[in-house]
Amino acid sequence: MKQLMLGNEAFARGLYEAGCAFVSSYPGTPSTEITEYAAKYKEIYAEWAPNEKVAMESAFGASLAGKRSFCGMKHVGLNVAADPLFTLSYTGINAGMIIAVADDPGMHSSQNEQDSRHYAIASKLPMLEPADSGEALRFAEVAYELSEKYDCPVIMKMCTRIAHSQSPVEISERTEAPAKPYEKNPQKYIMMPGYAKLKHPVVEKRTLDLTAYAEETPLNFTEQGEDNSIGIITSSTSYQYVKEVCGNKYPVLKLGMINPLPPEKIKAFAASVGKVIVVEELDDIIESFCKNIGVDCKGKELFGCIGEFSQNLIAEKLGFDTGKFEKLDENIPARPPVMCAGCPHRGLYYILKKNKVNVIGDIGCYTLGAVAPLNAVDSVVCMGASVSGLHGFNKANPENEGRSVAVIGDSTFMHSGITGLVNIAYNESNSTVIILDNSITGMTGHQQNPTTGFNLKGDPCTKIDLETLCRSVGINRVRVVDPYNLKECDDALKEELAANEPSVIISRRPCALLKYVKHNGPIEVNADKCIGCKSCMRIGCPAISIKDGKAVIDATLCTGCGVCKQLCPKDAIGC
Amino acid sequence: MKTKNIMIVGVGGQGTLLASKLLGKILVSKGFDVKVSEVHGMSQRGGSVVTYVRWGDKVYSPIIDRGEADIILSFEMLEAARWTEYLAEGGTIISNTQQTNPMPVITGAAEYPLELDNKIRALGINLDCFDALSLANEAGSSKAVNLVLLGRLSNYFDFTQDEWMKAIEESVPPKFLEINKKAFELGKNFKS
Repeated sequence: MKQLMLGNEAFARGLYEAGCAFVSSYPGTPSTEITEYAAKYKEIYAEWAPNEKVAMESAFGASLAGKRSFCGMKHVGLNVAADPLFTLSYTGINAGMIIAVADDPGMHSSQNEQDSRHYAIASKLPMLEPADSGEALRFAEVAYELSEKYDCPVIMKMCTRIAHSQSPVEISERTEAPAKPYEKNPQKYIMMPGYAKLKHPVVEKRTLDLTAYAEETPLNFTEQGEDNSIGIITSSTSYQYVKEVCGNKYPVLKLGMINPLPPEKIKAFAASVGKVIVVEELDDIIESFCKNIGVDCKGKELFGCIGEFSQNLIAEKLGFDTGKFEKLDENIPARPPVMCAGCPHRGLYYILKKNKVNVIGDIGCYTLGAVAPLNAVDSVVCMGASVSGLHGFNKANPENEGRSVAVIGDSTFMHSGITGLVNIAYNESNSTVIILDNSITGMTGHQQNPTTGFNLKGDPCTKIDLETLCRSVGINRVRVVDPYNLKECDDALKEELAANEPSVIISRRPCALLKYVKHNGPIEVNADKCIGCKSCMRIGCPAISIKDGKAVIDATLCTGCGVCKQLCPKDAIGC
Repeated sequence: MKTKNIMIVGVGGQGTLLASKLLGKILVSKGFDVKVSEVHGMSQRGGSVVTYVRWGDKVYSPIIDRGEADIILSFEMLEAARWTEYLAEGGTIISNTQQTNPMPVITGAAEYPLELDNKIRALGINLDCFDALSLANEAGSSKAVNLVLLGRLSNYFDFTQDEWMKAIEESVPPKFLEINKKAFELGKNFKS
């Protein structure tokens, strides 16, 4: 019986069925649910690592110990894990190892639109690319087999529309993968120059062997068409858009294995059709390969390399009709995501704005402090860049020291903020770092992390103490504030910016959406006292609006955090 | 059969995902090929959210494009207006009349457009809108808006009452089952 499964859930099922025994990942949209679903199987040991590099190295360790392993991450996470990635290509593995990377064309929840296929080419590792949940499930088993046969990790490339779309799958029972004994093998596992030089030719030979496999594998298949004047080469969601528009009109070469690509298969396909059109999101990986092997084709000049594709885009470029539609002639206000009512970040950001400090920001829910009306963030680059960025900002111009801070969440701090803080202590910049500790990894949907005291399976575990950690790397001034208390935050900020040494302020309050958090309940505006000054509107709380010149609080949204109450000059809120 | 398309649109936190999950469950049990597509992450924090539900003999694309939706089920008026161009010719918008101000309106940077229902109807679009929030409150919880809307949507399907009820029972925690069933009935039987 078929059942609907999210691409990520189906992938996790595939890992389970193929005997995966070890999972270590760092959450990142749209990859997170692979690991969350894998953790539901009792046969799989699963954990959240502090970052992607640790996850990949742990998964390699598990492979070395003889168990089929997995690590998953979003596209930018693979940047963090790129170091082990490139050298694991040389060492190879013991038991099968899969690395999942999920791209985000259209940047639904990401800071850039990089194309992870470049990593497969650069690291010379095989990459598979499923086009729906069924393939995500089936490809997991294939990936383990390839990994063990060709002695290398295999990358599975997901993207938002595969990861977060449900389609029907057939499930099977789990087949246990017998543990492979670990045998010491310095030439294989120690990559120092003498051994690595021996390994590089092995890697090149492997690519040739994998290319031969790519020519034969049913992962790459051709569908005949009624009209051979055009032939389309495509993969992933682009394949779905092409089929949606063209049906069986044109022949299609659908690639499930994206690295290495099969030159002879592509040449034979090109010879059987008139013009070749390559449909692929983001960069021109397949198109460039075709051109390099002498296959004339069109791709990016038609479809571009920016954002997501859709069926209408394909239809328009290939000369098919699109559906007719009516457009409302109306200025529809945007509805951007906002910090939730009761969000502990709000009060702290208000204080940062009020003090007109430069805020070097980071990745998480708190990036939303950058939007109106708070507009309290100056830069956001990547995980951890706040702490190290602030150090450079202050060193280059010491005048910045008394008017600049870094803000970073608890999970992001554990991910890659610690090394930046070590640098601040070691190289002595007078920097003030604010850790927004909401006791959870918020943006990706509430994952545990080393500071929460719980592991991925939900069991209590060692809780990293942020105060002790910061002190131990050499920061003497470490203090904790409650972000619901504006005066406390204001005093702490002023004092730490004025202090003549580096400092850490931990702004601590659990995420308002956590189930265990008890709220005070909604508060109201006393309309008789309210003078409509809009002071309470400056914090950008979605529960507060102005009606008929007076502030009103939406009781279905308000948690009673009381931050707005502290802004009211007439004591009209909650009294 | 030609692939059918329903878009479920609303504001993050309104329970749109339960509606698509329930619908997907019934459609798969009926033997259709189905794709349900949603976007997680940023969109959940009070932002505009959209879910695509597609079914037929063979469904390829996971998304619905402009001019393709047979029905848009909207949890909020501004969202109904935002996605109007995704409606196919002759399609229907079912919408809750509830208005939730987005941040640009709250801060005064933009205004919430007036008379959206009339403006949508002026395009010749079949708009079935009603106060689903009141019906949800009548059923016992403002959170049951999604089941009120689903009940309304059920009038556009030929599934049996048993099929709907089974899917609701499988998707809703037992504690809230009665409220949700009542909300479904209120939405289904409401006469505007």
